[in-house]
Amino acid sequence: MDRDPIYLDYSATTPVDPRVAAMMIPYLTEHYGNPASRSHPFGWTAEKAVENAREEVAKLVGADPREIVWTSGATESNNLAIKGAANFYAATKGKHIITIATEHKAVIDAVRELERVGFTATYLQPEANGLVDLAKFKAAIQPDTVLASVMMVNNEIGVIQDIEAIGHICRENNVIFHVDAAQATGKVEINLEKLPVDLMSFCAHKTYGPKGIGALYVRRKPRIRIEAQMHGGGHERGMRSGTLATHQIVGMGEAFRIAREEMEFENARVRKLRDKLLAGLQSIEETYVNGDLDHRVPHNLNISFNYVEGESLIMAVKDIAVSSGSACTSASLEPSYVLRALGRSDELAHSSIRFSIGRFTTEADVDYTIALLKEKIDKLRELSPLWEMFKDGVDLSKVQWAAH
Amino acid sequence: MAYSDKVLDHYENPRNVGSLDKNDPNVGTGMVGAPACGDVMKLMIKVDDNGIIEDAKFKTYGCGSAIASSSLVTEWLKGRTIEQAYAIKNSEIAEELALPPVKIHCSVLAEDAIKAAVSDIKAKQQAAKEAA
Amino acid sequence: MSQVFFDHNSTTALRPEVLEAMLPFMREQHGNATSRHSFGRTARAAVEHAREQVADAVNAHPSQVVFTASGTEANNFAIHGIASNLCHGQILTSAVEHPCVSRPALAMQSRGWQARRVDVDAHCKLDLHHLHNVLATPTNLVSVMLANNETGVIQDLAEIVALSRQYKALVHTDAVQVLGKIAIDFADLNVNAMTISSHKIGGPLGAGALVIDKRVDIQPLLYGGGQEKGLRSGTENVAAIVGFGLACELAVKSLATFSQHTQRLRDLCETGLVQLGATLFGQQEKRIPNTSFFAFENMDGETLVMALDRKGFAVASGSACSSDSTEPSHVLLAMGVDKDLARGAIRVSFGLENTDEQVQQFLKVLENELARLRNLTAVAA
Repeated sequence: MDRDPIYLDYSATTPVDPRVAAMMIPYLTEHYGNPASRSHPFGWTAEKAVENAREEVAKLVGADPREIVWTSGATESNNLAIKGAANFYAATKGKHIITIATEHKAVIDAVRELERVGFTATYLQPEANGLVDLAKFKAAIQPDTVLASVMMVNNEIGVIQDIEAIGHICRENNVIFHVDAAQATGKVEINLEKLPVDLMSFCAHKTYGPKGIGALYVRRKPRIRIEAQMHGGGHERGMRSGTLATHQIVGMGEAFRIAREEMEFENARVRKLRDKLLAGLQSIEETYVNGDLDHRVPHNLNISFNYVEGESLIMAVKDIAVSSGSACTSASLEPSYVLRALGRSDELAHSSIRFSIGRFTTEADVDYTIALLKEKIDKLRELSPLWEMFKDGVDLSKVQWAAH
Repeated sequence: MAYSDKVLDHYENPRNVGSLDKNDPNVGTGMVGAPACGDVMKLMIKVDDNGIIEDAKFKTYGCGSAIASSSLVTEWLKGRTIEQAYAIKNSEIAEELALPPVKIHCSVLAEDAIKAAVSDIKAKQQAAKEAA
Repeated sequence: MSQVFFDHNSTTALRPEVLEAMLPFMREQHGNATSRHSFGRTARAAVEHAREQVADAVNAHPSQVVFTASGTEANNFAIHGIASNLCHGQILTSAVEHPCVSRPALAMQSRGWQARRVDVDAHCKLDLHHLHNVLATPTNLVSVMLANNETGVIQDLAEIVALSRQYKALVHTDAVQVLGKIAIDFADLNVNAMTISSHKIGGPLGAGALVIDKRVDIQPLLYGGGQEKGLRSGTENVAAIVGFGLACELAVKSLATFSQHTQRLRDLCETGLVQLGATLFGQQEKRIPNTSFFAFENMDGETLVMALDRKGFAVASGSACSSDSTEPSHVLLAMGVDKDLARGAIRVSFGLENTDEQVQQFLKVLENELARLRNLTAVAA
């Protein structure tokens, strides 16, 4: 390959910001030490660094550092929050859980696991724009609803749910509220002092920090209890055991500090790029934006190119690194379950591309991407029997397709 | 997913893209697959009076392997009799393109497209004979 | 202050080569290993290469290696995951296990399993008679560490496995303290699952693995994106996994050197310790070569550790992971060591970079500090 592809997959993972990497490296070399080793300064330095990072994470989201529990990532945070709270409160509150059909697999599969051990669950369908209808959410609450889990920002379509309103509904109904905010940090303001949220999941590697580190916010007032899912030395006040990776924690802290300080400027820049990309791609015939455009992080553009198959499209645009569907499930050949939940046809779901823009994306990258897409969509449509039929005025929904 | 060089070659430079005149009595059309399944293949063959395929064209909506499978068979079909074409097995296509297990269905689809096109031309010829 | 590090069983310095190997995956090669574009494929290839390196280091097949975020997670995964897919029964752990084995076993009690501890003898070896007796109650799973983190004593896994098999119990072993110190052969050990960890062998924190006999039906601890063949969801920590892989390869290469070198340091140290009147724990058993666990009568371990630290030597009192508590080592109590003596316990664990001079210096400092502290106590009394 002549050149590195242009990276437009920031929602799958972000590069580590060089400033973050620079902060991490000393903790990989001279400052090594087990932060739980209280007896020597190797351990002390590590512990201090861990606590500084905890403060940075707390600051970004308006939390108290004591409300932040380290985990190995958002998947673990989601598992810990959902299984931990559901199990802890099952006896007093009940065994019904509400979540949204478009949640990340880590939430959906944790809830499914709870169903396997006797819980019941409602997987609420969002509206066609990806947003949750508040009345429908309210109606889904049952007397035995213990927990609701709603993501702040969807990983595929970038839509932002009204967490505050949903949280108030949960409060009124005495339902524990968990929010997966893995895709939200550094993109939307989060103030847990105001937000009626009990548990919130974070991870570093979607916000220019390292992989393998995340956190769970566990509210202190009113106090929320969770049952530990990992047992051992009793780290993290017993909520999560296991030796902490100091360099990764330090990286997350620094990444969240940068996010806090640069978010406003960065979002404005990213929005400009996204809007340019959107305008460029919408000049192509038969394109459909997936998910609401107003309630959406500026970083995300998810768009379907009708009459072009998604995987061949990905091949055609190999000079840009993008996702069709979520990276976490893209090993399967199923069309995106998120787009299906929005009521998109399988064809449009198949031909969707998620462009996610970030800190290191340039205007030249966007120009290149628009030109590339125009050329390749043309070529693939030239190859596509469906495009030919569409142009001939055939109603594809009326065609009897040979069973395969 | 790693594609073989042959898949990439056919995908980058697809052979025989296009359509033939579907009203031509010597042209058979096979369209298989469904948009909902993620692939639709349209294969058209033109047969001379001796039952030998003189031209083949395709259009495919599908992944790289589906495009490559259909592109490859258009090359193979030219010069073969319709009986020989009918005998092409998906395993030959899969082997030639080194398709991974998850992509075997693309070669099955290509085989189905050939069979559908051959059946179509036979039906047309039968209809012509009956009309005559 | 140049601090001498004698606490390698707690964690180790990252090997420079390992750092070099990791850096690209923290910078330009930042892909998510599940993505299908070139960034993702590069990350995937790196993870799979590391899996081979890890498998090679313990004579396992790469497909048997499931990456986790730590040894703790791998132990929790093993205990919870294996037991959950079996009928309710007994889970046996040795009385000297790390809490990340014994506590998940206890946690299973709320879900209908019985957790029971198997005694050890005065030298930290599992009491096979006791194991035999308790196995009479239907048992799902036996978890015994390959070597103890505090005493370094190595268990007779072959006998434990043979006995457990007779009673159709599956066996898990925590081999975290053995990797890189003596050779591990997963196939030969014949256990059903084995835990290893990266940061004890010059690899980074943030990676561990459970090596699993694929005939064992195990339930995941984390659900989600279906990574690690569905057994451990969560975006792969590519940089840490790459570091773990290389650290395994390097540790195996330097196994003989490590063993000879640290054993010589330990012998040197223990000769001196005995002269100073120390009681050594587990020293007559086969131990991992780098570890010495000892105590002085009427001397508080925590106080001595702090004193040594001020003089530039990092050593441990009991295990780091439980050092929030001031209780004496549960390992020593299980061995029947007197509580007062146990409170004085100190562990030194050597690494490749330690030298004879450091040990000699350490013994000198120790002698002085012992005298000083005894004097202080005498004055106070």
